[in-house]
Formats: sequence, structure tokens, C-alpha cells
Amino acid sequence: MAKVIVVTSGKGGVGKTTSSAAIGTGLAVKGYKTVIVDFDIGLRNLDLIMGCERRVVYDFVNVINGESNLNQALIKDKRVEKLFILPASQTRDKDALTKEGVERVLNELKQEFDFIICDSPAGIEAGAMMALYFADEAIVTTNPEVSSVRDSDRILGILHSKSKRAEEGLDGVKEHLLLTRYNPERVEKGEMLSVEDVQDILAIDLLGVIPESPSVLSASNSGQPVILDIDSDAGKAYQDTIDRLLGEEIDYRFLQVRKKGILKRIFGG
Amino acid sequence: MSEQIFELKGNLFTLSVLNLYKNDIQELSKQLDEKISQAPKFFYGAPIVINLKFISDQKVNFAELKQVLVALQLNPVGVCNGSDTQNASAKENMLSVLNYSQDVKPKVAKVANSALNTSIIEKEVYLPAQVIQGTVRSGQQVYAKDRDIIVLGAVSHGAEVIADGNIHIYGALRGRAIAGAKGNIQAQIFCQKLEAELVSIDGNYWISDSLQGDLWGQAAAIQYKDDSLEITALVKG
Repeated sequence: MAKVIVVTSGKGGVGKTTSSAAIGTGLAVKGYKTVIVDFDIGLRNLDLIMGCERRVVYDFVNVINGESNLNQALIKDKRVEKLFILPASQTRDKDALTKEGVERVLNELKQEFDFIICDSPAGIEAGAMMALYFADEAIVTTNPEVSSVRDSDRILGILHSKSKRAEEGLDGVKEHLLLTRYNPERVEKGEMLSVEDVQDILAIDLLGVIPESPSVLSASNSGQPVILDIDSDAGKAYQDTIDRLLGEEIDYRFLQVRKKGILKRIFGG
Repeated sequence: MSEQIFELKGNLFTLSVLNLYKNDIQELSKQLDEKISQAPKFFYGAPIVINLKFISDQKVNFAELKQVLVALQLNPVGVCNGSDTQNASAKENMLSVLNYSQDVKPKVAKVANSALNTSIIEKEVYLPAQVIQGTVRSGQQVYAKDRDIIVLGAVSHGAEVIADGNIHIYGALRGRAIAGAKGNIQAQIFCQKLEAELVSIDGNYWISDSLQGDLWGQAAAIQYKDDSLEITALVKG
């Protein structure tokens, strides 16, 4: 049974697309046939982060309008066997998505894939609504700061009341909290909210905590999902996230300030 | 055995009723003739029932009455609303005594009248509290009309719970809580953790700044007392 997972946040720039790319790639590495769908019509970024922007011919909107079939628009990832990307259109706007069209495409994808990751645009307007409407699970991406937490809370409310599952009275969308850009040192200084603070406010299950890391930026710039950078903190944290998403219990890493060794203290680092 | 060639069954038919307001057969004959002449075919041979309601205390000459009606090509079949004497007399003249069933219209009018006469008594009707399973999220608004509200979770920043009765929050109150919204100074607000943006009872409100104090972040009850809101610990001691 295919699972539709939306990666959403309300607020922009918190790491939705980075997380969508990492989670989609991680699931495919684990052997699940996975597609990442870019819902950010008009501001498409997913293909950049996945490093496949030069291979986009047809896009999501073309498929919805019947201008191409699904297989023409799906881009197969060159690094990971079972990974596909359905890119967004850069030349349209979010009104190009219709509920019926999105449902038809998702149903078609469900026939073939184990996981469908929907990369939501920021905001709470039509585009974001469309991305979350058909979701079975939601990964709410949040930065440990007040406005991001507030916006995530808003999105959780919308998931509760406006998703298809809510409208049809089914079990609600399963909600996961993914904290990104977590910096234990700044938390200790009181500049950032702690995991506990965020969980206290949002009151949903924690799926992962991704530490703030320069490897995320360099991965994005080189079109390489950060999860494939297995030596980086962020890559490891995303791998833990995937394991938890698949039902394993994994201890959290990178929550504490790392003690600097004596050499580092002397020579800096 | 001979075959039965008939069957007796009850049925309902519409009959014309002749309401007699005055026991004056000659005058009736004259007026009725005028009426019938307007639509002679419609009344030709029409079965007719004489309503004696308005002249039930008078002696009616049924033989003459019947004669007059027959002369006008009507077919008198019975009487209704007659006194016992009238009924007996009617039967002698081969007129059936029928039970008068009132028209639907007057019945409705009667109901309406009786409704008008009923005095309206205001009474508080018990309404069970509205229960919210889980957290009220930012941007959501819940209104419990004419009742209490129970939130089995928190009320987030930017969320709003409104009740005409009391507000019970089993998590943190971080948003707005408006109790006694339709005017109930007795209403109270209870929460497990007071971090509200605003609390209001019957239009008397305090914003976050006024709530900062010993009970900020604690389990608290808010009520209206001595012309002001008052915050007390939810559980004393």
C-alpha cells in the first residue's frame, strides 16, 4: 500500500525541500520505490537540490493537463536505483493544480510506488493545501525558533481540519515533527528553542532532529541530497530519521553540545 | 352455493355541505336558486348534506326542506350537527345522520390560535459541554454556543476558544480564552498552564501583560470577582 507523505511547514526557508530530497532518497536507498513530487509550482527547487534540473522536459502541470503522460515527466535518479522525481513547472503558478488533477496523478503514482513524498510550498494558500490534502502522513519541518513553531502549529491545525482524511472522517493524518537547523550551543545560550520547548508547544511525535551543518548548504549547492553525505552530522541525522519513519526506535544524536578535546581547545577548531 | 355478488366497504367521499344559518326554507329556496343558476351543471344531481349547527335549537321541517332541494335538482343525502330531535326527524324523512368532520383549514387556524394563547416561559435548557479532542491549533477558533467547552489538549498561540459558559483546558492555555461570551459574569476559565494571550469573562479582559505574576505558567482558575478578574491557583495548597 503506497503511502503519501507531505513535507510541510507553513513558514518558508526552514528546509522542506532539503528534507524532502533527503527523506525520499533515504527511503529509496532502503529499497522502497519512492517518488518525490514538487508541489512548489512556479518556484521549483527540488530538481536543483536533486541535481536533475537539466533533465526536466515535462513537469507535474503537464501531466495534470494531459500534455504528457506520467512516465515522460518522471525523472529517474542517477545515483539511487528506486528513486524518481516529478518536477514542478517553473512557468506556471499554483492555480495550475486542481484537486481532481492532483488526485488522478497521485492515484496513478500509488500503483507503482511505495512512498510518495510531496514537497509542499510555503504558506497556507492553494499550493500548500493541495500538497497536504491527500496526505496519509505529514512531516512538519520546523526550525527551533518562535515564528517557525507558530507556523507549524497553524499547519497542524489545517491538517486536522482541511485534509481529505479529516473531511472524510478517517483517522487523522499521522503527524511527525522534524526539527531542522538545530544548534545545541545556541540552545544552551538561550538563543534557540530546545527540542523540549518545541515539543511542548506542538505536542506531536518527534521524528528527527537535524543539526545545523555546513554540509547541508554544500550538498544543496552541488545537487546532492545531504543524506548521501554519510560522514556529515546532517546526513547521519537524516538516516536516523528514515529509520524512525520506518518504525525503528533510534536514540537521538547531536542534541548535546560536543565537548571539545584538549587539542582542539589549544589549537582552536 | 351461490356466488356473493356484492361487497360492503367503507370509503371517503367529498360531499357538498349546506350550512343553514336560518330556518327559513322559502328564503333558502330563493337564494339557492340564484346560486345554482350561476353553474347549473356543477350542481345538477349533487349529493348534499345539511349542516344544522347554527339552527340546532329549532324545529326544522325536513320534508319541506328536502322537497325544495330536490326541486333545485340537488340530492339531499343527510344531515349533520343536529340535535337528537332533529336527527330523529331527519331519519323519518330518509335523511342519513352523518358525523361531521371538520375541515382541515379551521383545525390549523385553531392550532395557531392556541399557540398564540400559550405564554412563553424562558427556561434554561441543559446542554452538554462541547469536548475538543486534542489541541486547538494556531489560527483555529472554536465557539461553544450556550454551553461549556472542554479542551483535552492545549490552546496554542494564535488560537481562540470561546464559550457562552465556562472554559476548561486540560493543557496549556497559550492563545485566547473568552468565557461567558453572551453575557455570563459567573463564567470561569480553568487551565493547567496559564500562558494566555488574552482571557475574558463577560467582556472583561486581561491581556498577557496583566497575567504575568505568581501563577504565570501554573495551573490556574480565572473568575470575575469584586469588579475585576481574579486569578487563583487551580488547586489550593
